[in-house]
Amino acid sequence: MGMRTPLKNVRGLGSAKEGTTHWWHQKVTAVALVPLFVIALAYVIALVGADYERVRYILGLPFTSVILLLLIGVTFYHLKLGLQVVIEDYIHTESTKIVVLLLNTFFCAVVGLASALAVIKLALGG
Amino acid sequence: MVELALPKNSRVGTGKTHPKPEGATNTKTFNVYRWSPDDAENPRIDTYYVDLDDCGPMILDGLIKIKNEIDPGLTFRRSCREGICGSCAMNINGTNTLACTKGMDEVDGDINIYPLPHQPVVKDLVPDLTNFYAQYASIKPWMQTQTPPPPDRERLQSKEDREKLDGLYECILCACCSTSCPSYWWNSDRFLGPAILLQAYRWLADSRDEFTGERLDNLEDPFRLYRCHTIMNCANTCPKGLNPAKAIAEIKKMMVERRG
Repeated sequence: MGMRTPLKNVRGLGSAKEGTTHWWHQKVTAVALVPLFVIALAYVIALVGADYERVRYILGLPFTSVILLLLIGVTFYHLKLGLQVVIEDYIHTESTKIVVLLLNTFFCAVVGLASALAVIKLALGG
Repeated sequence: MVELALPKNSRVGTGKTHPKPEGATNTKTFNVYRWSPDDAENPRIDTYYVDLDDCGPMILDGLIKIKNEIDPGLTFRRSCREGICGSCAMNINGTNTLACTKGMDEVDGDINIYPLPHQPVVKDLVPDLTNFYAQYASIKPWMQTQTPPPPDRERLQSKEDREKLDGLYECILCACCSTSCPSYWWNSDRFLGPAILLQAYRWLADSRDEFTGERLDNLEDPFRLYRCHTIMNCANTCPKGLNPAKAIAEIKKMMVERRG
C-alpha cells in the first residue's frame, strides 16, 4: 500500500454505476408503508375482542388480504434494503459481511413468504 | 468491525499543566490534545492558562500566544487567520470549526481542543488529510468541456446560472464537515464525504461544464455517494454556514432525474 499513490487507493475499482435503484426503492417503500401501516393498524384495533371466526372472515376479505400482502411484501423488502445498508456501514471484515448480508436476505425472504402464506391461506379459506 | 473504543496506544491521558502567567487576573483555560510521533508515549491533554488581558479575542490568538510564550513545541496549522484558508480547522469543545473565527468568549468555561476527529494525527492538532485531498482530486474539480472556449472572450454564464453556485463556491475545504460525519468515520476509504460531494455538486451545477453525465457516472456508487444518510452533522458544523447535505440531496435528485 505504501508505494501506491493516494489517488490509486481512492479510485479503487471505480464506480459501481449503481446504488440509485437501492436508494430510490428504499424511499418509495418508506412512503408506501405509511398508508399500509395505518390501514392495517385500524383493522387490528377494530378486531380487538373479536372472536376467531370473525377475525378469519375479515382478514380473508379481498381488500384486507391485498392490504396485508402489500404490507408484508413492502415491509420485508424495506427491511432487507435498510439492514443491508447498516451491515455495509458497520461490518468491515469481508467474510463476516458476506455471511451477514446473506443471512439478512434469507431471513427477509423466508419470514416474509411465511407471513404472506398465512394471509393467502386465510383469503383462500384453507 | 467499527472501532467503538480507541486502540490502546491512542487512549488519551492527563498531561502537563503549565503555570498561570504571572500577574494575570483574567485567564482562560486551554486543554489541548498533544501527541508526538517522536516518542512512544500515548496522547495526552496539556493545560495552559492564557492571559485574556494580553491576547487577541479568537481561539487561534490563544493558541498562537501559547506557542509564542509558553510552549513552542505545540503544533497546529494556521495561515490566514480570517476564515478563508481552512488551515486551523480543529475540534473545539466537541464541534469542528476554525480556531480563527471562533471567539474565546463564545465558549463557556474551559476551551478543549482536539484535532479533527477520526483522521490519522501527524502531530498534536495536525491531522493527515492525504486521503481527503486525493478524494478531492478524484472528482476532477475543474471545468471540463468539449467545446473550445470562444477565441475572443471567456465562457459566458447567465446571472441566474451563476447564482446556482452560491452556497457552493464558498467552501474552503477545511474538512470540518467530512470529519464530523459518522458515515465518513466508518467508511472514508470509499465514501467521498460531505465536503468532496459538495465540491462535486459545485461542478455538476456549473452551466459551463459539459461533463455532467460523466461526473454523475463517477459518483453513482453505493459507497461514494449513497453512504450519506442525511445525519446533517455537516451542515451543523460548517464554519462557513454552508449545507453539504443539501448539495448531496441535489446530486441524488439528478441521479433519479436522469433515469427518466
